[in-house]
Amino acid sequence: MIAAAGAILRKDLRLELRTKESVPAMTLFTLTVYVLFHFGLDRDSLDGELAAGVLWVTLLLAAVIGVSRLFAAEREQGGIDALLLAPVDRTSLFLAKGAALFLFLVAVEVVAVPAFGLLLLGPGLGGALPELLLILALGDIGIAAVGALVAALAAETRARELIAPLLLLPLLVPVLIACAQATEPFLRPDQGPEDLGRWLTLLTLYDVVFVLLSVAVFDYLLED
Amino acid sequence: MVAPGIPEVEAAAGEDLGAGSLEQAPHLLAVVDHEPEVAFPIRRLRATLCQHQELVSHVDERHSAQAPAKLEVEQAAVEGERLVEVVYLQHHVIYADEARHRTSIGFAAMDPAIELQGLERRYGERVALAGVTVSVPRGATLAVLGANGAGKTTLLRVLAGLLRPHAGTARVLDAELPRERWKVPAQVGYLGHEPLLYRELSGRENLQYHARLHGVDGSRVADLLAAVGMERRADEPLRELSRGMAQRLAAARAVLHDPPLLLLDEPRAHLDPAAAELLEPLIGRASGRTRVLVSHDVDGALAEANLALGLRAGRQVFAGAVEAEAARELYR
Repeated sequence: MIAAAGAILRKDLRLELRTKESVPAMTLFTLTVYVLFHFGLDRDSLDGELAAGVLWVTLLLAAVIGVSRLFAAEREQGGIDALLLAPVDRTSLFLAKGAALFLFLVAVEVVAVPAFGLLLLGPGLGGALPELLLILALGDIGIAAVGALVAALAAETRARELIAPLLLLPLLVPVLIACAQATEPFLRPDQGPEDLGRWLTLLTLYDVVFVLLSVAVFDYLLED
Repeated sequence: MVAPGIPEVEAAAGEDLGAGSLEQAPHLLAVVDHEPEVAFPIRRLRATLCQHQELVSHVDERHSAQAPAKLEVEQAAVEGERLVEVVYLQHHVIYADEARHRTSIGFAAMDPAIELQGLERRYGERVALAGVTVSVPRGATLAVLGANGAGKTTLLRVLAGLLRPHAGTARVLDAELPRERWKVPAQVGYLGHEPLLYRELSGRENLQYHARLHGVDGSRVADLLAAVGMERRADEPLRELSRGMAQRLAAARAVLHDPPLLLLDEPRAHLDPAAAELLEPLIGRASGRTRVLVSHDVDGALAEANLALGLRAGRQVFAGAVEAEAARELYR
């Protein structure tokens, strides 16, 4: 299963490097939204709850783009049939797609988070970088698990562009709350972790539950 | 050399190969002469037969009074002759369990490769297939004929395990569908309308990807690229290749894991005559695999098939031997 997941992941990353369909679009979207907030809010800088909300809502909306494109190659070029015709556990497809989405999000954040700091953030991020990276990683795992599940569910439907965000965003509300709450103290001028452990625990639980749930139901999503 | 991993063949090499041992081991009734590793027992049988014939002559010439001995030797010779006739004169080929020892030419020594009984498949309210009943022996070719929308592709997808049958029974290579669908993928090569290859990847990358999914050694990719005449352009992205070249790569993909059953939907579409000839050893009758062949070329399909299945609007019109003229009626 791991070997098959590795093969699918390598293929997805290679396709993304060749087509540049997902990561550049997601990155451009986040940068555009930060610029829009910069002018729309008519403020030189944000901090605290507002800054955390802008950061995470933008990242979640960017994730929607990635989720919508996650099964595009399979759908358009018969890759799902090819996978179903191979003697591999379908869970390997979930693992590969989840890992691909996770890596796409990381690539986007490498650009988007510093850009957010430059464009919108009053206080710097440098002092809280390890904590922020941990929050981003846990948030990305949750988004990737739910995103891969929703992408598979929407892949074979006609209104997939509509269904993906409608299913994805409500399911990601706990991630948004936990990530924004965990990040908020680090985005204030008087930086300091408040209840960080509680929010990280919540995020970890969310990740575990949705990874296990996705593994359990993924087989059925691909049944005809 | 004796076929490794086939106990009956290994055991047979060390003993006299009589009718009894062959009957007990039906695998031996399907050895292919051109596969030397499994042909040994049959050569031994031939040698034994020759010895029996010499004995019969000897008894005839020198010891005609010893009737019981003569009778015994004659019986053995007749038995041996019968078996040799089966193997050599009628060109029946022995079936062995492993795909690499598969055979050809419609000899049904074992359970059928495909057995459908009252198969039905619907799309919502629309019936795509109904009452399809057919049995395909191992090594045989079934031609599936019918006009557009007759249910041919649906049938292939059901056999591949991509669609669930909604009624009836379907057995494909000992796997009962849909309950044992998981057994099917490793044994089926599917060549449909779409090549099932990624346009942004090269032919080599596509085949290597499928080799990893099927757990096949990467060296087979190079062999297959050579077999389909795509070595020179193997590293170009698929989107830059012609449809015919993509079809050659798709054929290589379908046989990458050496499946005993091929499901072919217009396999020669987009191929020029030279390319079609090139693919013959892989997906043609010469491949020795059991094949289900969907084609609109009635004469061509019937010429290479052992039996035919005619469909009209999802209903079975005929199954078995059929005249070309009767098959053409499906399109009128």
